[in-house]
Amino acid sequence: MTIETTRRSLLAGSGALALGFSIAGESLAQEHAGPDLPGDLKIHPKISSWLRIEANGRVRLLVGKVELGQGILTALTQLCAEELEIDLKRLDITSGDTRIVPDEGVTAGSFSMPYCGSAVRQVSAEARQILVSLAAAKLNADPAKLTVSDGTVQAPDGTSVTYWALVAGRELEIDATGKAPIRPREARRYAGKHVPRIDIPNKVTGELIFIQDQRQQGMLHGRVLRQPAYGAKLVQLDVAGAEKMPGVVKVVRNGDFVGVIAQREEQAIHAVAHLQTIAQWDVPKTGETQDTVHAWLLTQPEKLIVIKDQPNKAAPADAQVVEATYKRPYHMHASIGPSTAIGLLDADGVTHVDTHSQSVFETGQAIAELLGVDKSKVHCRHVQGSSCYGHNAADDAAADAALLAQAVPGKPVRIQWSRNDEHKWEPYGSAMLIKTQARVDAKGDILDWTLDLWSTSHGTRPGGKAGNLLAGRALEKPFALPTPINGGPPNYAADRNAIAIYEFPGQTVSTHFLTNFAARASSTRGLGAYANVFSIESFMDELAHRAKADPVAYRLRYLKDERARAVLQKAADMLGWGKGEKVAGRGRGVGFARYKGLATYCAIAMEVEVDRASGVVRVLRAVAAADAGEVVVPDGVRNQIEGGLIQSLSWTLKEAVRFDAAGVKTADWVSYPILTFSEVPPITVELIDRPGAPFLGAGEASQGPTSAALANAIFDAVGVRLRDIPFTPARLKAALG
Amino acid sequence: MPVLKVNGRTHEVQAAEDAPLLFALRNDLRLNGPKFGCGLAQCGACTVLVDGQPVRSCVTSVDSVAGQEITTLEGLGAGGEPSKLQQAFIDEQAMQCGYCVNGIIMRAKALLDQTPKPTEREVRLALDGNLCRCGAQNRMVRAVLRAAQEG
Repeated sequence: MTIETTRRSLLAGSGALALGFSIAGESLAQEHAGPDLPGDLKIHPKISSWLRIEANGRVRLLVGKVELGQGILTALTQLCAEELEIDLKRLDITSGDTRIVPDEGVTAGSFSMPYCGSAVRQVSAEARQILVSLAAAKLNADPAKLTVSDGTVQAPDGTSVTYWALVAGRELEIDATGKAPIRPREARRYAGKHVPRIDIPNKVTGELIFIQDQRQQGMLHGRVLRQPAYGAKLVQLDVAGAEKMPGVVKVVRNGDFVGVIAQREEQAIHAVAHLQTIAQWDVPKTGETQDTVHAWLLTQPEKLIVIKDQPNKAAPADAQVVEATYKRPYHMHASIGPSTAIGLLDADGVTHVDTHSQSVFETGQAIAELLGVDKSKVHCRHVQGSSCYGHNAADDAAADAALLAQAVPGKPVRIQWSRNDEHKWEPYGSAMLIKTQARVDAKGDILDWTLDLWSTSHGTRPGGKAGNLLAGRALEKPFALPTPINGGPPNYAADRNAIAIYEFPGQTVSTHFLTNFAARASSTRGLGAYANVFSIESFMDELAHRAKADPVAYRLRYLKDERARAVLQKAADMLGWGKGEKVAGRGRGVGFARYKGLATYCAIAMEVEVDRASGVVRVLRAVAAADAGEVVVPDGVRNQIEGGLIQSLSWTLKEAVRFDAAGVKTADWVSYPILTFSEVPPITVELIDRPGAPFLGAGEASQGPTSAALANAIFDAVGVRLRDIPFTPARLKAALG
Repeated sequence: MPVLKVNGRTHEVQAAEDAPLLFALRNDLRLNGPKFGCGLAQCGACTVLVDGQPVRSCVTSVDSVAGQEITTLEGLGAGGEPSKLQQAFIDEQAMQCGYCVNGIIMRAKALLDQTPKPTEREVRLALDGNLCRCGAQNRMVRAVLRAAQEG
């Protein structure tokens, strides 16, 4: 199995011709694509959009979703090889090339398995059905009696024909019907089985696989001079000195966008460092800080959206009222590899951009607007980068590379951002403030539940608009930042998971959505779900303790969904909930959510130890139980759940972006520490497999439950309720008094 | 021109003597193993071995390692022939994105050369200065322990 790493190999190597494909037999007459096609097959019903049977016996799967380190390409090849009945090693995959693959939008939101996985499974089954019918005609045999082995179709009399001989280089220009059967579970070779990830061998031996390692012929190195602070304007800059520095090919300036192109990477870095020392900026005098932002959230113009409005009007007026306020700060994606892109303006006026963007099509369109060209003049190709966990600086780096490439036609320009720029300029996960209120009866049972959340946008992805790109806003004729909108149901955005899964007698949930920004913000793993689940699951714990009830049992009072109950109970059992002696300074906590209310169910339980003297929390062990529907890649789901758990522990224990009007202060790993190897607890993950049930995205399911389980365990350990993330030693010590 | 001894071979490089070793390895010798992560010696993605010792190549100048034996990830095993340590990372599926994995493997190599049978605690402490953002730490620790076991 290979992964495309060179721009031309696919186009040059493709013998597939765009011929109409005539098929034998009335029964295969093309039917109109019905609404019952799964996932993205609905919008791209043609089989040829997804699959090519090459004349040389290779099969190529084309997908719009991209590899972000989540192992999706391996999962998709498993589904394809399974249904098409070919060996995995016969299959190649091309993903995220805007000239070749179906446009599947953004790779985000835990959508890849539900939308792309289900489409790939069905389209592969459809192709198999057609090929077997063609073989039946060719071999003059009953299709039901044919067997397939690695693309060779055999008749009972021993005669056989291959898929590639049948197709003979033509494309399967046929719409899927949605009717081809999926292989039965007991017959499966790949789906649901452990298959090693296809990208890992190259990554452990230093083979070419990351965008950061791409080296094109004659490639130059670029770097961009970024502003010191949000809203800073360049007052004066003399670039003459930089132009004369060793290796510098060009200094590009357009308004506040300044970039250097040099022969060597370190030469570009030196030249930008020089420009940094002499640039004079007009920096805004006032702005919010990490300490003022939560009060700011409450005072801004807001759009009020009531997303659930079922108050319990029968609740007695004298019911007791319990209230709490929870806060999260801005968090970084903080990829280990700074964002990278390679731009090239070719002789036909097409700008080619290699990028690790999650949204190659929309980012390409935004770059076209930035360059003032038709979108057909921008070609984006996804190449794997360091994991991003949401909308990070990948798209901004792509725009930088595209802009710089305009200055040196015919020469590829590689950009890799500095650590400082990545930390300061990526769009963060928004700070949020959440107020919860419950009216409870004398036994502590919930009569009515209210949640109000305040947040800036969780969605400023390029979306085809140059104003969403940093470079676009820096030009002499700048593109305006589009007014952000909040994503609505069923996925939601700021208010993702704000509606509790629990069946209370009354529930009212209101989103106070801000279109202003205190810091640049966009989609970060889980969007609002992280803080909303933190609040709901912390508050449930508070109410349980108030009712003198066991926190797991208390949740089960209101949790009717059987799959939800099973997951929560499993996590509790895995931890040994309610068993064992209580040890001083140690505590246990649990957190649960069904991501978005429609994706993976995930419960986290953990045991912590709190050192009262230092305020340091040590997580001793953590367990996770998850139901992601039918599991295609068990190890991949476990890896996502565990990775999310660890990342969420890091966010919740340690992380907060610090900033003021003069700029972001947390510009490296010392000022923005993350969880280290010795701080990561032992973790056990168990999955409840649901064969035949729809795939439920799992990549973001553990972020929210982890934060609440941690807060709840700390409360159990020392009786202190932490409602402000992160739970730093200083905060905990202050709370302990 | 500066001369570097890398993975058992001697190379002349175009990089200036005061250039970071990382850029000479990546851009002159076209090695993909060592990665640019921070340029500040804070994350460990650029780790290589210099005379067997783990070194952050992003803050190490070319001239400071003249004449010394430099080993990169490729020097452990490449071209479809991973070393035992690299194979252990495959067997444990020990990563998500894998960008940090060069540094993890090189730091672990230095540990195992020094301490062939480390405890889990020793592995965690040795890797404490290497950052992984995906949360694959436990898998990586298991991979190092597996390699030690099979070593």
